[in-house]
Amino acid sequence: MDCREVVKIENLNFSWDNNRLALENVSLGIHNCEVVCIVGPNGGGKTTLLNLMLGLIKPSSGSIKVFGETPEKSRYRIGYMPQYLKLDLQFPLNVMDVVLMGRLHCGFWGRYSRNDRIIAERVLDEMSVADLARRPFAELSGGQRQRVLIARALACEPELLLLDEPTANIDPGFQEHFYDKLRELHKRMSIVMVSHDVGFVSSEIDTIVCVNRQVVVHKSTEITADTISGIYGYNVKIIDHTQDLSAIHKNRHQQFHHHEGCSHD
Amino acid sequence: MIDFFTSLNSPALSFLKYAFLIGIFGSISFGIIGTYIVTRRIASIAGAVSHCILAGIGAAIFCRQQFNLTWLHPIYGSIAAALLSAIIIGLVSMYAKQREDTVIGAIWAIGMAVGLLFLAGTTGYVDVDAYLFGNILLVSKNDFMMTLVLDIIIVVPLLFFFNNFMAVCFDDQFAELRGIRTKLTYMILLCMVALTVVLMVSVIGIILVLALLTLPAAVAGHFTRRLWPMMLLSALLCAFFTTGGLALSYHVNLPSAPLITVLAGITYLSVLAIFNLSQIIKRKKRESGKK
Repeated sequence: MDCREVVKIENLNFSWDNNRLALENVSLGIHNCEVVCIVGPNGGGKTTLLNLMLGLIKPSSGSIKVFGETPEKSRYRIGYMPQYLKLDLQFPLNVMDVVLMGRLHCGFWGRYSRNDRIIAERVLDEMSVADLARRPFAELSGGQRQRVLIARALACEPELLLLDEPTANIDPGFQEHFYDKLRELHKRMSIVMVSHDVGFVSSEIDTIVCVNRQVVVHKSTEITADTISGIYGYNVKIIDHTQDLSAIHKNRHQQFHHHEGCSHD
Repeated sequence: MIDFFTSLNSPALSFLKYAFLIGIFGSISFGIIGTYIVTRRIASIAGAVSHCILAGIGAAIFCRQQFNLTWLHPIYGSIAAALLSAIIIGLVSMYAKQREDTVIGAIWAIGMAVGLLFLAGTTGYVDVDAYLFGNILLVSKNDFMMTLVLDIIIVVPLLFFFNNFMAVCFDDQFAELRGIRTKLTYMILLCMVALTVVLMVSVIGIILVLALLTLPAAVAGHFTRRLWPMMLLSALLCAFFTTGGLALSYHVNLPSAPLITVLAGITYLSVLAIFNLSQIIKRKKRESGKK
């Protein structure tokens, strides 16, 4: 896969109604050859950044381009997985109904075609939840719901996959599987995910985007405990000491020094 | 009960036949829209819209008398008022940064008040109770034809765009990303709610209509966890409640609207009680099994 820029953000500012800047002077390029993870404290602007990429909200100033176009034009090429806690879990529908939503607008009169169903079954299989297809969405465990929602995002057959907290509530058994899946999916599409989970700094992630009103980009090979504490503004315990991380610890002296942009104010 | 069904054919009791038919055909819309109201949690919007109908009825009767507009049937006023209030509530919930429930409450009360003022300004006797609680003695063939027309207007788009409506109700953000005009879809849904409320005013009245919209769907929700079976079941239940209520009222000589409501309410509460009890028993069994 040749390396091209998928998302390009230049001098972007965003504020909600109360005029406090939620994002300040953000410039960022995301390439399709890297798996990007957006991290930062709650309320730091991670989801805001994601919503800007989807075109659900518009920047107050500056520009954002996805596949060289406005996000509204490109959103068909994006597969999005929201946090499932935002959904009404009492709503009566089964797993297949949920996944087929990824095929919306393709069918005439809002009907799903035979092909739509084949694709839905394939992505369910890919996320290893094919056996749940007829189960009510409300009866699934948190981890199963998460996988179903990833499957729904994949059903869009996207070129860019946006995942909001994909590892929250996922069962530990699937976490390992999830990284493998991620590597496999990355052959086909660009991947951007959001996580507040520091332990998730995995070997599969190439680039870390730290968001706390401002944005700083790191290559994951340069991340240390200090970097992360800098972002969060307090000491954070890193639970997941993967081999890669301990290797990084040895090289900590070659680190970035400028994390002011990420620090708490 | 057999008496009731033979009476349906009696020419002297044609209102009973039309009330029965309105109940049966109206139930199709009530089942579908009621399911959306319960699952999307917009019962209070339906309540506000139904009470605003009084303003439309009052205005229609007032104008008919003042300006001698003989064609102005109260149902036209009902439809206009219901649609207007639904659109106002929809716009407020989408765009204005107000507390939605407060706005709904305000529109609810204003609608009733305006209706009462119009009726007070109308000279001569107007039977307000007939509109508030329904009166099947006044049901005519025209009412039935109107019900059929509204039924078709409501059901056809909802069936064609079933998947779109489901997606917008479940996850409007995702639906928006798939290119569905979610705000328009939601607004259409609210307008359908408004038309549905008008549909059975003559049988159930504007105060008790909320029970017939929500209770069948609430009962159905206990037996199925998918949208379309829930719609089907609540339509059947709705038809059963209206028919049962009419038959009861025929036999015990009491007003039909409260009987329909009580029938639906008792069924709902019984189902709720049975489900909760059975869950408690299951839990107890599991606990004793562990020991």
